[in-house]
Amino acid sequence: MNSKLKEPFVRITKREDTPLLKAWGIRLFSLLLALITCAGIIYLIVKLNPLKVYVAMWEGAFGTSKRSWITARDTMMLLCIGVGLAPAFKMRFWNIGAEGQILAGGLATAACMIYFGSSMPTWALLIVSFAASCIAGAVWGFVPAAFKARFDTNETLFTLMMNYVAIQLTSFFITKWENPIGSNTVGIINQSTKAGWLPSFLGQQYMLNVIIVMTLTIAVYIYLRWSKHGYEIAVVGESERTAKYIGINVKKVIIRTVALSGGLCGVAGFLAVSGASHTISTNTAGGRGFTAIIVAWLAKFNPLVMFFVSLLLAFLQKGAVEIASRYDLNDYASQMITGIILFFILGSEFFINYKLIFRGKKEVN
Amino acid sequence: MKKLISLLLALVMVFAFAACGEKAPDSGAELPDGNGEITGDYADFKIGAILIHDENSGYDLAHINGIKSAVNALGLSEDQITWKYNISEDEACYDTAVDLAESGCDIIFSDSYGHQSYMQQAAGEYEDVIFVAATGDTAASSGLANLKNIFTYVYESRYVSGVVAGMKLKELLDEGLVTEPYVGYVGAKPYAEVVSGYTAFFLGVQSIVPEAYMDVIYTGEWYDPTREAEAANALMSKGCVIIGQHADSTGAPSAVQAAKDGGAVVYSVGYNIDMLAVAPTAALTSALNNWGAVYTPTIQKALEGGAAAIPDDYATGIVNDGVSVSVLGPECAEGTQEKLDEVWAALADGSLNIFDTAKFTVDGETVTSFLALDTDGDFEGDEGEAIEDGIFYESKLRSAPYFSLRIDGITELS
Repeated sequence: MNSKLKEPFVRITKREDTPLLKAWGIRLFSLLLALITCAGIIYLIVKLNPLKVYVAMWEGAFGTSKRSWITARDTMMLLCIGVGLAPAFKMRFWNIGAEGQILAGGLATAACMIYFGSSMPTWALLIVSFAASCIAGAVWGFVPAAFKARFDTNETLFTLMMNYVAIQLTSFFITKWENPIGSNTVGIINQSTKAGWLPSFLGQQYMLNVIIVMTLTIAVYIYLRWSKHGYEIAVVGESERTAKYIGINVKKVIIRTVALSGGLCGVAGFLAVSGASHTISTNTAGGRGFTAIIVAWLAKFNPLVMFFVSLLLAFLQKGAVEIASRYDLNDYASQMITGIILFFILGSEFFINYKLIFRGKKEVN
Repeated sequence: MKKLISLLLALVMVFAFAACGEKAPDSGAELPDGNGEITGDYADFKIGAILIHDENSGYDLAHINGIKSAVNALGLSEDQITWKYNISEDEACYDTAVDLAESGCDIIFSDSYGHQSYMQQAAGEYEDVIFVAATGDTAASSGLANLKNIFTYVYESRYVSGVVAGMKLKELLDEGLVTEPYVGYVGAKPYAEVVSGYTAFFLGVQSIVPEAYMDVIYTGEWYDPTREAEAANALMSKGCVIIGQHADSTGAPSAVQAAKDGGAVVYSVGYNIDMLAVAPTAALTSALNNWGAVYTPTIQKALEGGAAAIPDDYATGIVNDGVSVSVLGPECAEGTQEKLDEVWAALADGSLNIFDTAKFTVDGETVTSFLALDTDGDFEGDEGEAIEDGIFYESKLRSAPYFSLRIDGITELS
């Protein structure tokens, strides 16, 4: 009886290592499949020509140079957060507190703009805001990291709770800086003087956003890949015991890395406030701290791949807004499209890491 | 693996067929409009509309209908409007306004107060485009020739909806079904716009039941069904008999209907849309804005004379059908309709002034002076006397309401 065990219809086994080309082939294929699925759904539900919808999405993101720049700005924002998360994630420190770190950075920037707006020259104000946002974000990373290092607290819960602290703190300052009174918003800070606003550079409003984030991205890539710190992060991530054995000060690495991670997210807050919205609200992070987790994971913490993932997400979001406007589709319809595409892309990771063996097949590749 | 691929390929083909099959019917956006009334002169006039939510919010629906009716009244085509839905009151509004301006819009409307500063930012950069921030208040003081504000005399419809509530309250008191003339109000934000509205509503109630008193709870958001329902429940649990609202969802009327179905004696007065769909027996009426009455002349003036032809502020009320109340609910008190006709007529001919200083007091005193306009940016009025001959004239010095006095009889709970 037991010698005749029924073989399951399908078994799942881990792939050892998928060749790079094949992995990207699967990803591309899944993107294609996602687009086809969306096309089917678009047609079934709203009876629109899917190709036209895709063209509209493209035009929504890149239709005019202004739109391209706004897409670029939003891409940079996501990229900055994703890059910020990468060091912590690579160390297997589950920092889901980017949202709070962005807010902390944004709050610091807004405070600088409000209190020093009239007393400092623009360049000094920008440098001070940048530094303040960096420090604020780093503090938001430091606290959970220090507790993790000292008491081995659960960083997932801790960073999550820090998000709420940041949100409450932001609410408090919004009431303090409320403008107009009763609006529960801060309004545009320094609307007339534009003090502390990231200025246009080379004739482009968002050029500096791009330059800052691309610089950080390359720096983090180099840091993780070739520096001693980067190596330590990788070792601590793989095995803390190994790290201890080879003489790495694990506590120090954890605190340093997460503070860095938080600091980079704080810079994202600076970009959001000084480089885009010129105001602060509890929505300043707007869920991007969580979206960036997808960015970081999909890219396997490779900052250069993150660029493309961020671009894809920013593109989908802009495209969604455009089709909602052009075809009078409810926002939810476009969110469905985004959801389907993300689902397929995330799903493709499964087929990259695992293979299915159907009944009766030999277990060879 | 082969099987998997063939399975996927099969799926691909299914969807590919689905994708091919649609070529016959063309997209909805290119269907002919059908009304055929486009006058040649203005066929390339483009209108942009920035909405804080979409048609699911009654407030935004009222704006959508207002712009559509204006366009139809002027013989333009609805295809000339570019709608932008769910635009939050942050840089998204600026981005959208700029995008609309770049895509060739001649006039751009935004429908929420918080859009205004972003509209102003865009207006400074695109001087050839007219930016109209509905419900806003800084057009006149901004110094920009292409930034405008519009509003309706919404306090008139609120007063009238208050009269409907008062009639019902009086009936309930007379029948002994309730003992306290206690009214509740779900407000969005503590702006003058909301204060002016709830005061008008309250004065409407008091015109029938002079001893009435009212509590207000703010939700902090313009549209939040859950918080609005919670606020309504909190007011009902304190004993409020009628729940008015200045918030944009059906949250409060739904909550009131649920309580009424549970046996409580409670009624709801809505805003923006007829609430009978969600509160068939609890809804008495809703205060409505007929935005078409302000959009139509604004667009017309833009067509005829551009920005210079449009006043910085424009508001109108019952005289031009700018406001109304929705169909009366089935449980309204007897004689309500007759009373309403009388009140509307009195408002239209000017014999009834809602904010008559003889009808309310602040800290026990009659108000004799109120400066409505702010010139130095601190949101405290420093010029523009609103009270003349004992009457507080609302929306006269600018389109957005400025009545921000907290009168006796009303308590703000949050």
